[in-house]
Amino acid sequence: MKHTARTVVRTGAVVASTALVLSACGGETEPTGSADGEELTPVTLQLQWVAQAQFAGYYAAVDQGFYEEEGLDVTIQEAGTDTVPIDVLAAGEADYAISWVPKVLGSIEQGTEVTNVAQVFERSGTLQVAMADSGIEGPEDLAGKNVGSWGYGNEWELFAGMQQAGLDTSEDITLVQQAFDMNGFLAGDIDAAQAMTYNEYAQVLETVNPDTGELYQPEDLTVIDWNEVGTAMLQDAIWADATRLADDEAYAETTVDFIKASLKGWVYARDDAEAAADIVTAAGSTLGTSHQLWQTNETNKLIWPSTSGVGTINADQWDQTVDIAMNTQNETGSTIITTEPPETAYSNEYVEEALAELTEEGVDVMGEDFAPIEVTLTEGGA
Amino acid sequence: MRRQVLLGAAGVGALALLWEGYKLVAPDDGVVVGELTVLPRTNDIAMPHLWDMAARAFEPVNSATDALPLWVAVLVAAAFTLGVAAVGWVVGVVVGLGTATLMQRFRTAESALLPWVVLSQTVPLIALAPLVRRWGSQLEVGTFDWQDWMSVAVIASYLAFFPVSIGALRGLSSPDAVHLDLMRSYGVGWWRTYRSLRLPAAVPHLIPALRLAAANAVIGTVVAEVSIGLRGGIGRMIVEFGASASADPAKQWSPIFGAVLVGLVAAGVCALIARGLARYRVSEVS
Repeated sequence: MKHTARTVVRTGAVVASTALVLSACGGETEPTGSADGEELTPVTLQLQWVAQAQFAGYYAAVDQGFYEEEGLDVTIQEAGTDTVPIDVLAAGEADYAISWVPKVLGSIEQGTEVTNVAQVFERSGTLQVAMADSGIEGPEDLAGKNVGSWGYGNEWELFAGMQQAGLDTSEDITLVQQAFDMNGFLAGDIDAAQAMTYNEYAQVLETVNPDTGELYQPEDLTVIDWNEVGTAMLQDAIWADATRLADDEAYAETTVDFIKASLKGWVYARDDAEAAADIVTAAGSTLGTSHQLWQTNETNKLIWPSTSGVGTINADQWDQTVDIAMNTQNETGSTIITTEPPETAYSNEYVEEALAELTEEGVDVMGEDFAPIEVTLTEGGA
Repeated sequence: MRRQVLLGAAGVGALALLWEGYKLVAPDDGVVVGELTVLPRTNDIAMPHLWDMAARAFEPVNSATDALPLWVAVLVAAAFTLGVAAVGWVVGVVVGLGTATLMQRFRTAESALLPWVVLSQTVPLIALAPLVRRWGSQLEVGTFDWQDWMSVAVIASYLAFFPVSIGALRGLSSPDAVHLDLMRSYGVGWWRTYRSLRLPAAVPHLIPALRLAAANAVIGTVVAEVSIGLRGGIGRMIVEFGASASADPAKQWSPIFGAVLVGLVAAGVCALIARGLARYRVSEVS
């Protein structure tokens, strides 16, 4: 409650002072969600990491003026290693945050009032990667192996997969703390390493295989894809402040506008991956050009084609995520949550409104014809 | 002077020889006793050749058409980090001197503050950084808007003030009793005593403290940049390039050398300050 009031005052103050400077007109101005006036509603989006194509849709929406068309002035805030996006949102320093669903469920159970208002990524991008000659084809083959994991809430699909395959995760495997590079895997310390399709998997494919003198090829590796195993959990979603959604009508309207413009950005990234990758690079990402394009393309695959309209939270996938969150134990024996999350944990209300508006404008929100492009990775991702 | 330069260069050369020598002699997988790796791996991913690092530094950051050469990008980032660290250092020195003066002036203040000054350094930086950023972003005074780099500077100053406050406290309390008695017999007040006796007497204690503070400020800046994700500096660059650690292992060494450079410049500035204060340095105490 407290932070909500503060944020409103703060946002109001920002708007008011901007108005004073720009037009020298006095008085408090309440933020409005319409594009009619000249004033834009300031909106801050908190990412989970630094600028990279994983967030291409939002950067594209800024670059292409989609937010502005909806009357929004969006500032994208990058994260550091110690940033917890949901805490930033709850503290009122951001209006929306991008975060994985399982990472937020724990916070919700501890009392953070946030709502998933758009499930941008429909599929999980997490893989467990092994060398082709390791004999690791599925989660059951991980028994007796050194299994890498980043931890910090990135490990649940892996643990769910192994438990589904009947492994005792405390005894049958050796869990290795994995760094954010693939050196441990390439050096052989890790038999099966965690990798995002759009990042670490590409890092391996950008490295020269000492046996062949050429870059590693997909044939040199085997992957366990949690979408296929059936233990995928929902990843990048747009989170909003639940109390503000309930109490602040302007914020609820802004939420629809924000989702609409963001989804438009993702449609743009789908239709022109190369332009989207360039936008992200121009926004300050130092990733190499081929790596950036690869990431855009892989991110597109996680979104498109969409089952029920991009951004919609599918009940079955949500339930699967919650089920795993309640019933999977990590190496310390704890689960993410102990009880079902409250009803406010997700809502399709805003995304449905946004989708209706987009459909009316003739935007293809299903992407049935989506075909990923071919990206050739170069050494070092340059 | 010339001798010092030669010795310095010899030190760097020895380090380079050690790196390449170890890489040459030790096996690719490092020295393993039982299951435990006791000496690091020497393959090109873990320990790239020095000449590969140098060659990489002259190539562009990435293949974007407007990409800067890596060494230029690192210099730009190093200058940014140095600037933030300098702000942190100045704030830290001012705060450190202030607390030291307060503690010297009032015994109660010393009893009350000193334990906190010491305790302050036990708070882990990674716990502090997000908090500072959060508090900062809630600050809004008039048109002044808190920037993220200020949070980083605050964290740098938090690390920098500690050696200064401790060093200055010792320094300010160091004049001999006879000198203080002399001041008293002249009927000179506290402020005059402070200016003409205590401050000059503190210089030998202060100079090593300023150096420590500079080193702390640089480390604090780099770590805080990583922690809160501030764009533009060396810390962020190290993290970003770390992502290509296996595919382009030589790349991430450039920002590491950049961090070393920032430290060297900071140390150099401190040496200049020490030279400027040379007439107060009866003998340096550490």
